[in-house]
Amino acid sequence: MTSIVPEKNLAIEINELNFSFESLLILENINMNIEPGDFVGLVGPNGGGKTTLLKLILGIYKAQSGQVKVFGKPIKNQRKLIGYVPQYANFNSDFPISVQDTVLQGRLGISRSIGRYSRYDKQIAHKVMRETEIDNLAQRSIQSLSGGQMQRVLVARALAAEPEILLLDEPTANIDQRAEKDIFDLFKAINQRMTILIISHDISFVSDYINKVFCLNKTMVCHDSSPVTSDTINTLYGGHISEVHHHH
Amino acid sequence: MFEFFTALTSQAFLQNALLGGILASIGCGLTGSFVVVNRISYMAGGIAHSVLGGMGVAYFFGLNPFAGALIAALLAAVIIGVIKLKWQHQEDTTIGAVWAVGMAIGIIFISKSEGYNTNLMSFLFGNILFISTEQLFIMLILDIITIIFVAAFYKQLVAISFDIEFATVRGINVNLFYLLLLCLIAITVVLLIQVVGLILVIALLTLPAAIAKQYVHSIGLMMLLAAILGVLFTTTGLFISYEPDLPAGATIILVAGVAYLLSSLFKSFIRFKRSSRIKS
Repeated sequence: MTSIVPEKNLAIEINELNFSFESLLILENINMNIEPGDFVGLVGPNGGGKTTLLKLILGIYKAQSGQVKVFGKPIKNQRKLIGYVPQYANFNSDFPISVQDTVLQGRLGISRSIGRYSRYDKQIAHKVMRETEIDNLAQRSIQSLSGGQMQRVLVARALAAEPEILLLDEPTANIDQRAEKDIFDLFKAINQRMTILIISHDISFVSDYINKVFCLNKTMVCHDSSPVTSDTINTLYGGHISEVHHHH
Repeated sequence: MFEFFTALTSQAFLQNALLGGILASIGCGLTGSFVVVNRISYMAGGIAHSVLGGMGVAYFFGLNPFAGALIAALLAAVIIGVIKLKWQHQEDTTIGAVWAVGMAIGIIFISKSEGYNTNLMSFLFGNILFISTEQLFIMLILDIITIIFVAAFYKQLVAISFDIEFATVRGINVNLFYLLLLCLIAITVVLLIQVVGLILVIALLTLPAAIAKQYVHSIGLMMLLAAILGVLFTTTGLFISYEPDLPAGATIILVAGVAYLLSSLFKSFIRFKRSSRIKS
C-alpha cells in the first residue's frame, strides 16, 4: 500500500497541550512526537490522563491550549487515517448486531453516506476479519462472544478503515494472559504497515513489543530518550499520586 | 365471534381501523427498535405526552389537531435532544418538565374548547374505530417518510446507537443524527396516537420491538419482526374488543403487554433449561 502522506511529517505531533475538565487540570504541558512506523506504549497510573490524551488525539475532546497534529494536519481533516479501538469495558454487549456488521462500522466515513455498505466495504471487512482470525464468527451475534473474541472484533473494526495509525485503549484489560500474548503478536504483525499507539497500565508486558514508551501522569513524566529509573517509576506511580484525582 | 369478520367485510370503519393498525405497526417496528436499543423510552414518553399541547392549541383554533400534534412532537424532540446533547446532567428533569408542561398547555386549551371531555379522552386514549380515510392517508405519508429515512441512513443510525464515540471518530455528525432520530420518534408517536392515544403510545412503540430483540440479532430483523408483531397485536386487540365493546386502544396494549410477559417468561425458561443442562 502506498502512503498518501509525505515522508517528513510525524505520524502524531503534540505541542504544549493543556486540558482541563470543569476547572480541574487533567493534562499539563504535553509534548509527544510519534514517527511513522512506531509501536508506542503509553503507560501510567489510572486517572493519569491516558484515555483523555487518546481522546484529544482522536478529536473527541478539545484542548484549551496547544495543538495536536496527525501527519501534519489537524485531526478533523485526518479522521480517515486513524483507527480506534476503545476500552472494552464501556461496551454495550447486549446490542443485537452481528460480528460482520460491527466490523463494517469501521467503513463509516469512507463508504458512501446514503444506503447500505458496498460490496467493496464487505470485501475489506472480510479481509480484516481473516487477519484477526474471526472470519468464522462473521455471522455470530456479539452477545455470544468471549472477551478475547470481542477484542478482536473491535480491532478488526478499527482496521476496516484501512488506517495509517491505530490507537488502542487497554486492549487486553479483559482477557486472559494467553490470549493477551496472541493479540500482541497480531499487533506486531499489523505494525509492519502502520503506526500503533497503545495504552497500557502494565509496563513490563508491553515493553517486549514496543519501540517507544511515554509515561503519563498528568504531565509526561518520561519518554523513550530518558532511561527508566526507579526515580521515574517513583514520579510516575509514587510522587505524583497525591495529585491524581479519580475523576471519571 | 364471527360477527367481527362479517362486520369487517361490510363496515368501512372497521376496515379503516384494521388498515390504521397496519400503518401504525410499520412505524412502531422501524422506530421502536431504535428506542429499545438506545433505552430512550422515557425520552419518547416525554415527546408523546407533550404532543397534547400542540393538539390542544390546534383544536382551540379550529385547526387539524394532528397537524398540531406533529409540530408539537417535533418541537419537543428538538428541545429534549438539544438539552440532552448540551446539558447531560439535567436530562431527566428536563424531559419531565417538557412532558408535563406540554400536557398542561393542552389541557388548558382543550378545556376552553367545545366538547371538552370526548375530545380529551380520544386524544389521551385514541380512537381507532374513528380513523378517517384522510387520517389513513396522513399515516401512509408519515410511514413513507420513516421508511425512506431509515433506509437511507440505517448504518449511521445503527452506529450511533451502538457506539456513539466510535461513530464520532469515524466522522459521522452524531449530534445531527441523534436529533434526526428523535424527530423520527416524534413522527412515529403522532402515527401511533391515532391508534392508541398518547398515554398508551409508549407501550406500542416499545413492546413489539422489545419482544423482537429477544429472538433476533440485528436491528433490521428486529424492525421486521416488531412490525409483524405490531400488526398481530393491533388486529388481535381490535378483534377481542369488538364484541364486548371494550376500548380498542387499551385492549391492544393489554394484548401487547401479555405477549411481552409470556415471551419473557418463555425466554427465561429456555435459559434456565439450558444452564441446568450444562450443569448436569
